[in-house]
Amino acid sequence: MSDEHRQQEARSRGNLRMAGKLSVLVVVMFGFGYALVPLYDVFCEITGIGPGTVDLVAAEEQEWVADESRTVTVEFTASLNQRMPWEFRAETRTMEVHPGESHVMTYYARNLREQDMIGQAIPSVSPARAAAHLHKLECFCFVEQLFEAGQGRYMPVRFVVDPDLPEHVDRVTLAYTFFDATPAGMHAPVDVDTASTR
Amino acid sequence: MAYSATADEHHDEHHDGPAPGLMRWVTTTNHKDLGTLYLWFSLIMFFVGGSMALVIRAELFQPGLSLVQPEFFNQMTTMHALIMIFGAVMPAFVGLANWLLPMMIGAPDMALPRVNNWGFWILPFAFTLLLSTLFMPGGAPASGWTMYPPLVLQTGEAFPFLILSIHLMGISSIMGAINIVATILNMRAPGMDLMKMPLFVWSWLITAYLLIAVMPVLAGAVTMLLTDKYFGTAFFTAAGGGDPVLFQHIFWFFGHPEVYILILPAFGIVSHIIPAFCRKPLFGKASMVYAMAAIAFLSFIVWAHHMFTVGMPLAAALFFMFATMLIAVPTGVKIFNWLATMWRSAMTFETPMLFALGFVFMFTIGGLSGLMLAIVPADFQYHDSYFVVAHFHYVLVPGSVFAIMAGVYFWLPKWTGVMYNETLGKLHFWLTTIFVNLTFFPMHFIGLAGMPRRIPDYALQFTTFNQMATIGAIGFGLSQLIFLYIVIQSARRAGEKASDRVWEGTEGLEFELSSPPAYHTFTTPPTVR
Repeated sequence: MSDEHRQQEARSRGNLRMAGKLSVLVVVMFGFGYALVPLYDVFCEITGIGPGTVDLVAAEEQEWVADESRTVTVEFTASLNQRMPWEFRAETRTMEVHPGESHVMTYYARNLREQDMIGQAIPSVSPARAAAHLHKLECFCFVEQLFEAGQGRYMPVRFVVDPDLPEHVDRVTLAYTFFDATPAGMHAPVDVDTASTR
Repeated sequence: MAYSATADEHHDEHHDGPAPGLMRWVTTTNHKDLGTLYLWFSLIMFFVGGSMALVIRAELFQPGLSLVQPEFFNQMTTMHALIMIFGAVMPAFVGLANWLLPMMIGAPDMALPRVNNWGFWILPFAFTLLLSTLFMPGGAPASGWTMYPPLVLQTGEAFPFLILSIHLMGISSIMGAINIVATILNMRAPGMDLMKMPLFVWSWLITAYLLIAVMPVLAGAVTMLLTDKYFGTAFFTAAGGGDPVLFQHIFWFFGHPEVYILILPAFGIVSHIIPAFCRKPLFGKASMVYAMAAIAFLSFIVWAHHMFTVGMPLAAALFFMFATMLIAVPTGVKIFNWLATMWRSAMTFETPMLFALGFVFMFTIGGLSGLMLAIVPADFQYHDSYFVVAHFHYVLVPGSVFAIMAGVYFWLPKWTGVMYNETLGKLHFWLTTIFVNLTFFPMHFIGLAGMPRRIPDYALQFTTFNQMATIGAIGFGLSQLIFLYIVIQSARRAGEKASDRVWEGTEGLEFELSSPPAYHTFTTPPTVR
């Protein structure tokens, strides 16, 4: 009888050891979920897509040779994230450019709220394979933008499409989305529901 | 030590029945009690989630907004999915595992009985948290069960409740899975080697490993959502350098193995039922095991087929497309093995067999539409349309749910000791089969014609097919009341006495026990030939 009991005890020790090992696996997999975050950035960098390629610093000025034989249409769009109470638009909808020439166009943004706000614009270029060939030399997206209550202003974007743009691409879209980057402590929080029903 | 040993023996010998009263169910560590609790919980959630589906279908009976507000409609689609996946199908499989695994491998109980109790009793709290959001300002989560940011971050006060309830469901599943692995690997009767194990046991061993591998990843993903919303991190917020697409990758890294968690135990169940009613051994048992292992492995490298339209390099799209199509090979092996088992056999068609045959037939329909969705260029048309809804409902309803019902009909006489009402069982099968097809088959067509999912309104030309689906859904829902009646009658022990073998062609250790089995079984391990 005590033999059987010893067996039972050995078995329940084995069970606990097994549960312990499997719990380690659980913790490792929880960590793996977080490890996917840097892995994703590496993947994006290798493949040249995703946020890893969004450049929030000015491209280096270079002497590109303008290719007058080619014309590329560049489109500009503006959008606001979620319920951000701003006005935001591109002053120019489209532009015909020759690769290698630098051009300037203008965006307009206005803070509609009666409080100071900070916005961060995130650019995006499509098609994806054109992203590496549209260089921003001057852009309001390089820094966070402070807008006082009700303030509006025009913001220039200087850009160049380089001549290495793949042959078959004749239309490139540059899209900006403004995100609310106002720090939580900057002023008392506004009730989102009243803000949106106004 | 010697003293406590005798005390334990004493305890075991003289308490062969459950403690009386309600506290029995709260404090129980008995695998049969917990199996029963899991199955009842699952059945209740099946009706709760089903009522939400009926709200969805009622709204879609006519074009235009007729019954509910769009916000509430979206809450219904979200909650229906979360409840059916985490509240109905998964607990049903865990309940079947609790009841059957120890009896199938000749073990006295699960390896960690207290963990087992805790794993179950977390669930009512998790679903109370989730369901309570229906009464909160801003309503329940309405972002879809996939919880994509930034949309999900707009959830109102329900948001932290959603995240914490998912944490609780995850903890419960992980504890259940650890317990199942420990039981299968450590508690088998002498002579029961791995390849002698019944296929339901095999299917659960593989499923449990999948759960242990991916539930923590889901927990991580929803924790990132929580910290993005309340603690200023920017995993998925573009303004802070994050990327919402990253969430989709992490979510589906969990999500695809999850769909096999929802189907592998079903494969195990029908692999018991088909041979029993064909009165011959399962064709190709070893290949069944390898096929399940292959499906489990492949499930980790196909996740991006849920998100072809977010944009990815051509090479990645091709990889995920071909890897996905490869899953058809082991799945085909299983289907052909079941068919080969039926070939020239003396089949009879009792209710469990009807549900198992319905499973094989209709799961294959769902599998084929899955192959269509795997084709990248075609997927751009099908994505987020009702075709997808038709696809996953075919693999989940006449797939997983039919297998669960087949399993319940098959083992219910074993558990209760009485035969259920066979006439009503057959009626339940035929009504369910007719209505399930009336509900989901038209969705293929309206999906291909362009009706998007998760929208409370639609273009006029989709009206007829939507009305068919709604009528089917109401019929399906009402038919399940027959099932409820049958189960309650059996639980009340109303019916003819069942024999120990229950059915003519049954095999396995559980059928060598009496019907119903004693409260504690296999306290001395059986000998396995």
